[in-house]
Amino acid sequence: MVISACAVRASDHNDNPMDTPMIEFYLNGEAQRCASLAPETSILELLRNELQRTGTKEGCASGDCGACTVAIGEPGRGGRLDYHSTNACITPAHQLQGRHLVTVEGLARGDALHPVQAAMVECHASQCGFCTPGIVMSLFTLHERQRQSPVALDDACLEATLGGNLCRCTGYRPIQKAARHMADQPDVRPPWAEDPRLDDNVAALGDTLEATGYAIPNTLETLHALRRQYPTARLVAGATDLWLEATQRLEAFETLIDVSRVTELQAIDETPDGWWIGASVTYARLEPLLDAHYPAFARLLRRLGSAQIRNRGTLGGNIANASPIGDTPPILLALDAHLALEGPNGARTLPLDAFFLDYKRTALEPGEFIRAIFLPRPEHDQHLEVWKLSKRREDDISAVLGAFAWREENGCLHDVHLAFGGMDATPRRAQATEAALEGHPPDMATFDAARQALARDFQPLDDVRGSAAYRRLAAANLLERLRLTIDHDATQEVCLDAYAH
Amino acid sequence: MRTLTDLSRPPAGPETTDRHTAPAEPRQAPTHDSATLHVTGRARYLDDQPAPVDALHVAVGLSPTARGRLTQLNLDAVRRAPGVVDVITVVDIPGKTDVGPVFPGDPLLADAEVRYVGQPLFAVAATDFKAARRAVALAEVEIDAQPAQLDAVAAAEAEEWVRPPHVQQSGNWQQALAGAAHVLEAEQFVGGQEHFYLEGQACLALPNEDDGVIVHTSSQHPSEVQKLIAEVLGVAFHAVTVEVRRMGGGFGGKETQAAPWACLAALLARRTGRAVRMRLPRGDDMRATGKRHPFHNRYRLGFDAQGVLTGGDITVIGDCGHSPDLSEAIVDRAMFHADNAYSLGDARVTGIPARTHNPSNTAFRGFGGPQGMMIVERAMDDIARHLGEDPLTIRKRNLYRPGRDVTHYGQHVEQTALLHEIVSRLETDSDYWARRDAIRTYNASSPVLKKGLALTPVKFGISFTAKHLNQAGALLHIYTDGSVMINHGGTEMGQGLHTKVGQVVARELGLDNSAVRISATRTDKVPNTSPTAASSGADLNGMAARNAAMQVRERLFDFAAEHYQFDREAIRLENGDLVVGHGENEHRIAWGELIQAAYLGRVSLSATGFYATPLIHYDRTTGQGRPFYYYAHGAAVSEVIVDTLSGEYRVTRVDILHDVGDSLNPAIDTGQVEGGFIQGMGWLTSEELKWDATGRLLSDGPATYKIPTIGDTPPDFCVSLLEGHPNSQASLYRSKAVGEPPFMLAISVWSALRDALSSLADYRVRPALDTPATPERVLFAAQDLRRVPETKTPAETPR
Repeated sequence: MVISACAVRASDHNDNPMDTPMIEFYLNGEAQRCASLAPETSILELLRNELQRTGTKEGCASGDCGACTVAIGEPGRGGRLDYHSTNACITPAHQLQGRHLVTVEGLARGDALHPVQAAMVECHASQCGFCTPGIVMSLFTLHERQRQSPVALDDACLEATLGGNLCRCTGYRPIQKAARHMADQPDVRPPWAEDPRLDDNVAALGDTLEATGYAIPNTLETLHALRRQYPTARLVAGATDLWLEATQRLEAFETLIDVSRVTELQAIDETPDGWWIGASVTYARLEPLLDAHYPAFARLLRRLGSAQIRNRGTLGGNIANASPIGDTPPILLALDAHLALEGPNGARTLPLDAFFLDYKRTALEPGEFIRAIFLPRPEHDQHLEVWKLSKRREDDISAVLGAFAWREENGCLHDVHLAFGGMDATPRRAQATEAALEGHPPDMATFDAARQALARDFQPLDDVRGSAAYRRLAAANLLERLRLTIDHDATQEVCLDAYAH
Repeated sequence: MRTLTDLSRPPAGPETTDRHTAPAEPRQAPTHDSATLHVTGRARYLDDQPAPVDALHVAVGLSPTARGRLTQLNLDAVRRAPGVVDVITVVDIPGKTDVGPVFPGDPLLADAEVRYVGQPLFAVAATDFKAARRAVALAEVEIDAQPAQLDAVAAAEAEEWVRPPHVQQSGNWQQALAGAAHVLEAEQFVGGQEHFYLEGQACLALPNEDDGVIVHTSSQHPSEVQKLIAEVLGVAFHAVTVEVRRMGGGFGGKETQAAPWACLAALLARRTGRAVRMRLPRGDDMRATGKRHPFHNRYRLGFDAQGVLTGGDITVIGDCGHSPDLSEAIVDRAMFHADNAYSLGDARVTGIPARTHNPSNTAFRGFGGPQGMMIVERAMDDIARHLGEDPLTIRKRNLYRPGRDVTHYGQHVEQTALLHEIVSRLETDSDYWARRDAIRTYNASSPVLKKGLALTPVKFGISFTAKHLNQAGALLHIYTDGSVMINHGGTEMGQGLHTKVGQVVARELGLDNSAVRISATRTDKVPNTSPTAASSGADLNGMAARNAAMQVRERLFDFAAEHYQFDREAIRLENGDLVVGHGENEHRIAWGELIQAAYLGRVSLSATGFYATPLIHYDRTTGQGRPFYYYAHGAAVSEVIVDTLSGEYRVTRVDILHDVGDSLNPAIDTGQVEGGFIQGMGWLTSEELKWDATGRLLSDGPATYKIPTIGDTPPDFCVSLLEGHPNSQASLYRSKAVGEPPFMLAISVWSALRDALSSLADYRVRPALDTPATPERVLFAAQDLRRVPETKTPAETPR
């Protein structure tokens, strides 16, 4: 075992390292043990400050630029490590426990470049080079997936992989080219890839951690116990929002309880009526389910955030966060989702509709948390459309998001559920608008009335993402888009979906 | 291993490829000299540099108020905060407190007066970065706020300027307007742009044993950083050494605005005797530093029945922020490009550098040129709508041509035929007219989605308009093993300058590129350098390096002629050998052997090179001259599809033909064209700077300020370099500058959006579309057009 500088320093303070639990992980194939990290330490800070590995760059410290992208190998099915990309700047260092962290320094074998690196050089895909380590690591995760099960590297695939890696120099064209030329390069494997014991060694480090100020339980029972022990501790899962408090507001967290590995919170349980989705299920894990049953919801996921965010962010986090511009709540509202909550006083279920009370305020009682989200199975004749409006198509926050669910029966609209984000202090249903549509034929007169009702439903605000007037007009126009979508006689395209990859 | 490249015959570039296959990489072109370091994470940026373990970290306290008097700055709690070692305010500056680069006006730290939100008030040095940042938050700041001027047009009207307005005039513009068959007028707002270099402002200052410092900085202008640090410290320039290895992006944002941070770090290093690291967190960087100038432009132009301009009046008002910085030259360059590629006829162009309580806006790729071009491109579209012609027809009729080939500032446009050739080739290669027909048909039957198409040209003047900056130096060493080191005044920010300059030296000495190395740019190697800016890096520094190489070469030839008894006139350097004669009479001396012999023969193997651009002059009192050595040209065709219900749109296809003269490196040049275009597209589409009513920047991070992502790159994107047209001036191997000109090709995207919108009113209306043309602006423009009655636009000027 190679002992890192970080671990050496830690053991200086502790004769018996077992007294202070350490974070144990592998970095580019080398075992690392770290202690004495403040709870709010990010992987990026650990790498650059403690471990002096400066290949990974800080571009924004907010998870928006991807310069700090690293790959995390997580023990998966069959005992093999599955690698996914993440933004090191907003990923808690403690989440490295029992993981293999791969950085840009860990790919080449001496002078022999990894295929991703060789393709980037050959295709002139770096200019200033500052974003390049992040792009290399995003492409590395793609390359690893391609080794297992190759797919066509079309524009959609490259966008899904690289949408969260900003480059200010190249215009991306040579990066696309490099991605498509990875396979043409000599198959140089990273040095650690030839260690047959690495996957087992990583798995053997264990999933759980109880360090000073940071605990990672893996059962619901331990989670309850920790909550009793640390009643004021904050919960963290993907950290994609919470960590901004650390990097932007410089908060020091006293204690964090990490729910990302609690088995019960990671489950997706299928029932005849739908699915109970554990609160810690990431967007990435949700994709196959939604692809199969709610393609409109699945498409939205790809615009919700970058791959780095989708790999870490969780459905429970998006709801508990209670932001007016969270992307999944309007959809879940339109689909009549409900929540399973657990707390000191036991468990209960609550319609999602009753969860959002006001700006960033929820119905959670002290000590209560979301255990799972119930997503009803779609009725066979149910339609769902989800339309997100933002300045930029990828990796942007909604100015307006509208989710529209309905059925048609005898030429009339039924079970009309419309919910909007970005239009009020919370995501919520458009009740007057729904009433104007329910039971009516989808004609001009009905939708005129619906647009008038929408103006009564919402009084949006101005902010950096859009003016109130824009939000009002655009939301009303989404109703017109809905009418045109339902209008079976219309042959023309009415939105740009066909032009999105 | 890189191969020897003959720069006079560039390898086949992308132009030779079929547009519908993926463009082949010009593989023969040398890759960026740091490419392998980039992809392995070994390339060191500022904050990656090792520093002594006791290095301090700096954070800066910024003004929360746009304008007012600083009545209290209580830093007691800051000084007591954990880890804090030193805290400075303006009174702690031993030398000059003003770090204005050209004209005064930029206090390093605020004195009594506060002039923008984000203005540095004090600086804290602490044992770690977080401690410094946390300490900053403990300051008690009281500012007696006064009403801030945040409106550049109101400032211009109130004659609040950072510099006096400037006028360029040719002929009698009033008479031209009075006699014109048609006159149109319009106003536009052209938004600013955050540089969003991925590596923020950063530096590292190391105190040396006497009164000086060595400063590593991420700056495009190390000589100016050296000067300002020396002035702030009150020491001679030779006490300060500034080094720039590479920048993680610059784009103009590190031309002047890297200096203040280096000054603060240097001062704290001198005060504490310790190494001092400094970097701005992204939010601070976006709040405290200037951006591309927003412009308010207006035109009143006359034209004949064919749509050919006869003359008129153009005014450009730049929002300069609180201080002059480089704004005089930037507004000048907007004026120099208010014609773009078209003869304005008898015209007056007025530039007003307005003072507002914003951060001091600064250089950004194109340096005002893009903002100036926007007004005449708006006019071209407007004339077309007015006359019912296609905008391309109007543009072609107005291109500079023999007889109409003198600009409003008196410079003769030499390559008019080239302009016409580029436009007509692109018109053909992009199937412009067939697509125009197809788009009209599509739009006629598509109620919601509308397509748009536009071809816009670029003519961009190359040279610093401040004449004295058009000079460069280089320092060449040949060591006794034959390896070559070249230093020059230019800085590497990703544009491949070092690669190109290395190629120049290798070519002059007949060596492989790998035999030539460029280390960092340092003020103690090459002094008194100009900024790496104005697209001039390779033009100037490449020439200086070439000059140095030629001097050493001549010495080697003299030596060889005597030492080996060779015919002096027949000696040449090629493929790593000194060669005389041909065929059986050929003699070759290996480079390493030659250098050894020359060293033993006591020949100087080091030279300084110098270059000054010839021919250029400009008289600001008359507004006339020849400010540019030459023009670089290009044209782009962009196609868009707009959802007129939501304002969303996609750029679906872009074709570009760009003039780089004889390319120094087709791969690097193509990269500049592609990257410049996308950056320009971001400026005109999604990159929206938003301030609140008090002057506070709301879009202060990448969550709210949206530069293009990979999905914004057009799915069909074909860039070609024009071949077979060497520069008409004796530039470096007849190449042309490429850094800035392609940025303005993106105006075609904006024009295509207006084209799509125009279809809503049968192409008879001139839609207002300020920039950035966000979905919100596009939607409101569509909404306005749907309200327009069938007849002509009411905004039209009565005749």
